[in-house]
Amino acid sequence: MEPIRREAVDEAISRFVNQDVYLHLETTNGAYAALRSEASMAVCAYIRNGRVKFHRGSIAGDGPYRVGLKMDTGWIYAEGLTDYEVDEEGRLLLAGHDGDGRIAVALQLSLTPFPM
Amino acid sequence: MLPKQRHVLAVFPHPDDETFGKAGTVAMYTKAGTPVTLICGTLGQMGRNMGKPFFATREKLPMIRKKELEDACEILGIKDLRLLGLRDKTVEFEDPEVLADRIGEVIAEVRPSMILTYYPKHGVHPDHDALSAATVRAVARLPEDERPEIWGSAVTKNARAVLGEPDIVIDVREVMDIKLAAMRAHRSQSEAMMKNMEAEAASSEAAKKAIEERLGTEVYWIYRG
Repeated sequence: MEPIRREAVDEAISRFVNQDVYLHLETTNGAYAALRSEASMAVCAYIRNGRVKFHRGSIAGDGPYRVGLKMDTGWIYAEGLTDYEVDEEGRLLLAGHDGDGRIAVALQLSLTPFPM
Repeated sequence: MLPKQRHVLAVFPHPDDETFGKAGTVAMYTKAGTPVTLICGTLGQMGRNMGKPFFATREKLPMIRKKELEDACEILGIKDLRLLGLRDKTVEFEDPEVLADRIGEVIAEVRPSMILTYYPKHGVHPDHDALSAATVRAVARLPEDERPEIWGSAVTKNARAVLGEPDIVIDVREVMDIKLAAMRAHRSQSEAMMKNMEAEAASSEAAKKAIEERLGTEVYWIYRG
């Protein structure tokens, strides 16, 4: 992965517009957040291989960045994104890392299912 | 003193669970010639640590962690590794009877005299508690005189308040090099922690001693139902 460049990410997002795409979306503060007193509770949510279609999508902010994908019947949103990669399979991987390199948020798009 | 065992079965959901807080015990047993079988439930696909600086991505992490686990097993002398192919953070939503079946099959095959797992309800991570509960379930199906001892690792803050002092305290200083090598083998998960630990150790003689003491002792509570 490399630090997000907005133009590159916008271009990558545009390749998924108006198609059936597989979405991986997550946010986490780690299963040990409460144990380590980093937070009052451990929080995590993820959806893997949600099948979605959006007709408009872009990246915003000056870093960390936000992404919003507009669907006919709703929105997909992520905040805190810092790094991106279009991998060898053409999937767009976006992630937000903290100072220790730990992932806090991820938004990924693919035309084929992500492996289970 | 290390209680003698015929065969040790370790049951953990994530690559590195067998190492953090337990590598010394495992190394002491394999060094003594006791075979250790490890059941690893998932590939830790949803881990938050990605290395420091990070080198993994969400999609590459499972394969990276699988290799790290294999390397750690090599270092620890674990020659029998079984992967259950479950997915990180979802273990508690699987059918507990099916999980117990899978653990039971391995128990029937290797006939361990002791099982190393998290102490039920004291694992902090829901996957830890789900797999330790399944282990207890599998053991409870056996006739009483055939049940292996279950050594539970309790990592909750209130473990001592609830469970009392640990039943098993193992001095693992003689295998410290092996323990540290296994921790480093789980690079994606341990790099940030090891760097912080090294910085802390360098800060004062007292801090260094406290870390050595912490790493030098591993404790377990025998599960009695």
